[in-house]
Amino acid sequence: MKSCTKCSKNIACLKRPKTGDALCRECFFDAFEQEIHWTITTFNLFSRGDYVAIAASGGKDSTVLAHLMKVLNDRYDYGLKLVLLSIDEGITGYRDDSLETVKRNELQYGIPLKILSYNDLYGWTMDKIVAAVGKKSNCTFCGVFRRQALDRGAMQLGVDKIVTGHNADDIAETVIMNVLRGDIARLQRCTSIVTGSEGLIPRSKPFKYTYEKEIVMYAHFKKLDYFSTECIYSPNAYRGHARAYIKNLELQDPLSILNIIYSGECMSLREGTKLPSKGTCSRCGYISSQEVCKACVMLEGLNKGVPRLGVGKTSKVIKKMEQLKLSEDSDRSPTKPVVSHSTTEVPSRKSSVLRETTLEW
Amino acid sequence: MCDISLEFAGGAELLFESRKKQSVSLPPQDRPWTIDLLVKWLAKNLLKGNPEMFIHADGSGVRPGILVLINEIDWELLGGKDYRIQNNDSILFVSTLHGG
Ligand SMILES: [Zn+2]
Ligand SMILES: [Zn+2]
Repeated sequence: MKSCTKCSKNIACLKRPKTGDALCRECFFDAFEQEIHWTITTFNLFSRGDYVAIAASGGKDSTVLAHLMKVLNDRYDYGLKLVLLSIDEGITGYRDDSLETVKRNELQYGIPLKILSYNDLYGWTMDKIVAAVGKKSNCTFCGVFRRQALDRGAMQLGVDKIVTGHNADDIAETVIMNVLRGDIARLQRCTSIVTGSEGLIPRSKPFKYTYEKEIVMYAHFKKLDYFSTECIYSPNAYRGHARAYIKNLELQDPLSILNIIYSGECMSLREGTKLPSKGTCSRCGYISSQEVCKACVMLEGLNKGVPRLGVGKTSKVIKKMEQLKLSEDSDRSPTKPVVSHSTTEVPSRKSSVLRETTLEW
Repeated sequence: MCDISLEFAGGAELLFESRKKQSVSLPPQDRPWTIDLLVKWLAKNLLKGNPEMFIHADGSGVRPGILVLINEIDWELLGGKDYRIQNNDSILFVSTLHGG
C-alpha cells in the first residue's frame, strides 16, 4: 500500500486527478478545502457582510458546497450570512426525497433553508401545468421555468449573491455542448466564474476548478448526507454523450478537463462579430432575445387559457401573441414576475447572425 | 473462497434494485478474481439496471465516472481493474454520473 506523498505518515486513500498525488484522508481534506478557499479569495467571490444564497438540490455538489461554505465562512471569517435556497417544481413525489435531504442539511450545517415553489415564483405548480397542457410538452415548461427559478427566488429572498455547485467536469461538458450547438453567446459566458453583471445578482461557482471525483470522494469520506436521483442521461441524451466523452478523456488524461475549460476561456469572438442582441424582457426584465421572454409567454398562455402558447416555434408564437395583443395588457399580468437575469434565450439556430459568427482560438 | 462485501452508492445502487449493501461469495475459479472479473460477474448476476450505465463500453471494468473504493482506498492506487480481490475485501462502487 502506498503512503501519502504529502505527510508520508498515513496510508494514501486517493489519487488526485489534478496532480496525481496520492494523499491520505487528512491531507486530502486539507488540500481540497484550501483550494476552494483559494478560489474564493483569488477571484473575490464575496465581500464581507454579503447575504449569500446556496442553490441547494440535496445532490452531491450542492451538499458539499453547503458544507464547505459553512466550514470556510467560520474558519476564515468571511463574514457571510448564508441561506440554502431550494426550488420545488411542485411535481407530486418528485422532489420529496431531495427536499428531505435539504431539510436535514439545514440542521446538519446550521444554515437556514428557504424552499420556493413554482407556485411562489410563477403562480403555477408543474402538476397544474401538466393538467392544463398534458404530459407531452410539460418538460418544455419545466425547463424554461427552471432556468429562471433560481434568479427569481434569489430576488425574492433579497440576497446579494448566489453560489452554485457546478464543478470542473460540468463546465468542461458545457463548453463541449456549446461548441456542438454553435451557441457562441453561451460559450462566451459558460466558463466565467461569476456570471450576471449589469447590476443584477451575481452568480458564482466556487467549484469551477474542482473535479467531480474529489467532490464525491470528499462527501464519502466526510459521510455527508446527499441524495442521488436516477441517471442524468435519461432526460437529455445529448448531454449524456458529452458527459461520457468528457469522462473518457478524463480517464486517459485528467488534465483534459482543465484544458477544455482553459480553451473555452481563450476562445474569443473576432471583432465585429454580430451576436444576437441581448435585450431584456419587457415583462420581467430577464435577459431575452425577444421582446417578451419565453417564461413570460408561457405564463401568459397558461393564465389566458391557451397553454400551448410558447411551446412551438418562436415565429409562430410571435404571430399568435400579436393576435392576442399581449403587449398591450402586459401590466395586467396576474403573476408579474420579479426582475431577474442571467440566461439568454437560445438564439434560433437558423438565424443568419449565427452563421456569420466565427470563432477565434 | 472469496467472501466480499459490496456497497453501492451515489446512485449506483439504483442499478442494483436500490440495495446499498450486500455480502457475496464469489464462486471458485481457476484464475484469481479481479475487479474486471467481478464487474462482469455482477453484470451477469446482480445488475438489474441498464448495463451501459455500469460497464465500460469496451466491456472491461466499470464505466468512467463510477469510482471504486477497495477497503476505503481509491482503486486507482491499487491497480484499477486488475486489482486482485482478497477474501473479506469490501468493495464500494460510487457513481458520479447520477444527478441530485
Ligand atoms: Zn497525508
Ligand atoms: Zn419575462
